[in-house]
Amino acid sequence: MTTVAADKDHTPVVVHCRDLCKKFGSSTAVADLSFDIRPRTCFGLLGPNGAGKTTTLRMLLGQSPRSGGILEVFGQDISHGRRQIRQRIGIVPQADNLDPDFTVKENLSMYGSYFRLNPKVLNERIPGLLEMVELLPRANHRINTLSGGMKRRLTLARALVNDPQLLVLDEPTTGLDPQARHMIWSLIHQMKRAGKTILLTTHYMEEAERLCDELIVIDEGSLLAQGSPTELIHRYCESDVLEIRGDVNEICLDTLPDTWRTEKAGESLYLYADDAQALVDFSQNLADMVCLHRHASLEDVFLRLTGRALRG
Amino acid sequence: MSTLAPPRLRLECLAVWRRNALVWRRLMAASLLLHFGEPFLYLLGIGYGLGRFIGELDGMPYFTFLASGFIAWSAMNIASMESMWSVYTRMVPQQTYEAILSTPAEVDDIVIGELLWCGTKSLVSGSAILAVAAVLGAVNDWDALLVIPVIFLTGVCFAAPGLIVTAYARGYEYFNFYMTLIMTPMFIMCGVFYPVSSLPGPVQSVVEILPLTHAVEIIRPIVVGQPVTDLALHLGALALFGLVSTWAATILFRRRLIT
Repeated sequence: MTTVAADKDHTPVVVHCRDLCKKFGSSTAVADLSFDIRPRTCFGLLGPNGAGKTTTLRMLLGQSPRSGGILEVFGQDISHGRRQIRQRIGIVPQADNLDPDFTVKENLSMYGSYFRLNPKVLNERIPGLLEMVELLPRANHRINTLSGGMKRRLTLARALVNDPQLLVLDEPTTGLDPQARHMIWSLIHQMKRAGKTILLTTHYMEEAERLCDELIVIDEGSLLAQGSPTELIHRYCESDVLEIRGDVNEICLDTLPDTWRTEKAGESLYLYADDAQALVDFSQNLADMVCLHRHASLEDVFLRLTGRALRG
Repeated sequence: MSTLAPPRLRLECLAVWRRNALVWRRLMAASLLLHFGEPFLYLLGIGYGLGRFIGELDGMPYFTFLASGFIAWSAMNIASMESMWSVYTRMVPQQTYEAILSTPAEVDDIVIGELLWCGTKSLVSGSAILAVAAVLGAVNDWDALLVIPVIFLTGVCFAAPGLIVTAYARGYEYFNFYMTLIMTPMFIMCGVFYPVSSLPGPVQSVVEILPLTHAVEIIRPIVVGQPVTDLALHLGALALFGLVSTWAATILFRRRLIT
């Protein structure tokens, strides 16, 4: 019998990854990445463009062979159990790859046929899936008549056609309007309640904060931080932020308390501190500037960990 | 699994074949018009027109000679075009294979499914020419129908090198090299228009080993109702060519799609 990797409570983990590496020629896309995904949780994989998120997902699906390390899904090594593993995974890829030659409904039945699902089972399952993503009235429409949000919803329905235990979502809400985004979020919550494990990559920190139970931040293929959204905010950031916009160069920073952290980005100055009242008091003295006081968020953590420089 | 392993046959390849068949069914009318209309015009124009000056060739009317050669050429041509332009479209702009590869289906299933599909398209096109030739009086016996599996085999064998080219392709322009440098010379020299035996000696010995020559050597006598000489040799050569190309195409597609 194979030993299945388990977390500290001895629950078997869905994804077990140790010192995972991926090299393309001489460049390293993923370096010594280690994490576990526990069942029925939503796990976030965060990082700037080019951080290695999609490469990691591709390795997880067996679409990209790893250069080193351990990668097990459902307790099976990905290089041996690739087909059995994919039987139990649903994926929403970053770029749309719906089949343009088919209708909405046919896209689901065709995708199901690659899983060798019984046509009878598919015919029963498809209307329910279309209803869930509110595309039932469009069942017989061609793909090119759908909006971006509809396509994404259909891709999500397609990912569920094999009733997967692990749902992999690669930037599921990028480019969507707020309505569509909220709908996707509510569907993800629904999936989680239905007992599915979710692996999510996103650029939207608000999204990660809302959905993820646990997340990792990676950059240049390496792990920078790991924890729940609240843990990460506590660990890497002061509780409050004062954002100041205007002629920030005139503000004298020498007199600020030592415990405050300052950061300048273009026309903006960010003051981080645990003492909210002191930040508010400080902002009273800045008559000519725009001041915004708020709680620290995951975005502050993300920018602190990965810096403000633009990425390719 | 090693990337050099021979292709594995699995049932999933039929799902890939079925996908293409369902798309084709939707565009069938236009496709059939092409498959019946083109050979009809060619055979009438060249076969009858040129045939009046040529008369008989290899003991048969030139029209019959050309029609049977066209069947072999069309099997090669249709399979090559499908395995290059259409496969590239599914692979790159449509990302169909990426979607398929997130299911339990594998690269091998895509390669085998596409080969079977290309063979099927060749079969449709070749059968259409056979039908047109029969209507125009070039076919005398129902035994000519035995050519249908050979057309399918020819299609599969020529789809495999097409897939090899596609595995390297960075754009559609890439295929012009293969068409101009490989396909067109075979079309002209491999016995479609005139017997290979009429070529000068050294050229003849090169042309004799080309796969289209073998296909013509099997297809022509079956269509005309003559016994096939060296059937095992021609069939074996064609099959060997197809198998080696299929293996190579599978390796190259694994490298292209699994990175």
